[in-house]
Amino acid sequence: MPNTEMIDRANAAREKVNTEIVPALLEAFADKAESIAPTGDLIPQVFVKPTALLDVALWLKDRGFNMLVDVAGADYYPKRDPRFEVIYHFRQFPALGMIRVRVRCTEKDQPHTLSHIWPMADAPEREVYDQFGVKFTGHPNLKRILNPDDWEGHPLRRDYPLRGPRALINLDMPAELNRFAAFVDDEHANTEKKPDGK
Amino acid sequence: MAQTFDTHEQDTMQLSIGPHHPATHGVLRVILELNGEIIVKAAPETGFLHTGIEKTAENLTWNQATAVVDRMDYLNSIGNNVGYCLAVEKLLGITDRIPERANVARVILMELQRITSHLVFLGTGALDLGAMTPIFWTFDLREHILDIFEEVTGQRMNPSYMRVGGLAHDLPEHFKEIVNNFLKIAPGKMQDLKNLILGHPIFKDRTIGVGKISEEKALALGLTGHNLRITGNDYDVRKYYPYCGYENYDFKVPTRQNGDLNDRISIRFDEIDESLKIIKQGIDNLPDGRHIIEDRKLVLPPKEEVKQSMEALIHHFKLVQQGFEVPAGEVYQAVESPRGELGFYLISDGGNKPMRMRVRGPAFYATYALGTLLPGHYVGDMVGIIAGIDPIFGEVDR
Repeated sequence: MPNTEMIDRANAAREKVNTEIVPALLEAFADKAESIAPTGDLIPQVFVKPTALLDVALWLKDRGFNMLVDVAGADYYPKRDPRFEVIYHFRQFPALGMIRVRVRCTEKDQPHTLSHIWPMADAPEREVYDQFGVKFTGHPNLKRILNPDDWEGHPLRRDYPLRGPRALINLDMPAELNRFAAFVDDEHANTEKKPDGK
Repeated sequence: MAQTFDTHEQDTMQLSIGPHHPATHGVLRVILELNGEIIVKAAPETGFLHTGIEKTAENLTWNQATAVVDRMDYLNSIGNNVGYCLAVEKLLGITDRIPERANVARVILMELQRITSHLVFLGTGALDLGAMTPIFWTFDLREHILDIFEEVTGQRMNPSYMRVGGLAHDLPEHFKEIVNNFLKIAPGKMQDLKNLILGHPIFKDRTIGVGKISEEKALALGLTGHNLRITGNDYDVRKYYPYCGYENYDFKVPTRQNGDLNDRISIRFDEIDESLKIIKQGIDNLPDGRHIIEDRKLVLPPKEEVKQSMEALIHHFKLVQQGFEVPAGEVYQAVESPRGELGFYLISDGGNKPMRMRVRGPAFYATYALGTLLPGHYVGDMVGIIAGIDPIFGEVDR
């Protein structure tokens, strides 16, 4: 006899997030948040401006999203500008509703840390900094966490060569044709060229 | 990365433990500030086993990546595989079409894997507390399960047995028999082990009241799995967000109230009992039928057919060379690993490779909770507390 009580509960909570929380969030942060259609896992998701992230997190915490599940980074280079995204998963416990907050950011336009609200955010934010080079305002201890302190570059960036920062660096091949493209350092990423040549 | 404490002004000293310390269960470095024998501050430092698995997965096709997620949490490789495959299946939208036989086999194998992981935890945890015998008993029992894996998958530790859509190949004919043989011997051996460990007066002295944590703090620190359930919270992904048909099984989520090291170890015995119950139900209800989804765009055609039919050969060639493409989107899928909520966050850009694979390792958060758990304890208790949170550094560092 399948026990569907929890599935029903999670579905009801998701419905509630979809019909109540997300519209209220979009209204409260009118020009700073926009909704995205959910894919695959049906978790409701919103884009939030980096400057509004802290307020959104506190706003969500007041509405029962007491568990921060994970903080992840992603790099959409070269398809999007701004290229980076920091992704937060929040969960209502024990109501089980989930929401995904995505923050598009650059190295300069950075989100505020959540580690003073959820101490667990400390470590994954350090990881996002380590792997993508996205910094967090107000983080108490923003240092590399997985790579050595003297590591060059940020390995999970899309333009970071698979075989390391110095792989094939002297080849004459144009960088964009070479799968293991030459290492692109911080300065270059900051002044990244637009596809239309501007 | 390296944290130092300013110890010049106070009567404290700084001590660095690890990364090559046998009690740190791998390569963890903990920098301690000590006042005599008491820990004042602790800063864990990780990254010594960083292998760039997330980066590697971005350069492999969707099915090839199952081979690297195996190697993260090497005591729970089947669980990692299932979590990853479930996430890809959600992106593809084929979750409902997975054959029942594959789902039941996944559950049985995951629970067997959970028992192996718990047995290693109990053996090494007891060893860290000074007991030599349990590790031989647990590894003896674990051997039986690894033999089952060898029969079923061909490998003992990193089987890569899951594919997107089901299993790599069908279960062997005598699968029920070998699992039933294990189910016959396991409860008696577990009872012996329980008597050996839990009743021992030195064990009680060294664990009761050590490494205490409250529910509120555990949630704020991102602890899941047994680290959270010892505080009275019954969060278990298998119950709260059922996957692979876990809603069809009758099992309880054991909890404890004290939140100390004794609970961390004793709750494992109950979890093993529940896993045995789930395996029994799974074996009794294992249906016949296909082991993998019937979809030529995702699954290799049968080898016999490849020799006869041009279409099948083309499919085979294309799937091996390029893999299949997955619609663009993002998905978060959590599974209950022996250590807690193991989350896979996948982003697809519509290609034949993941654009981003993020793994939420439960042990990653547990390791960074050490900074809160350790202060106030003796250095000798540190060893027990590290063993109690059950970190696996393949997963922490990925």
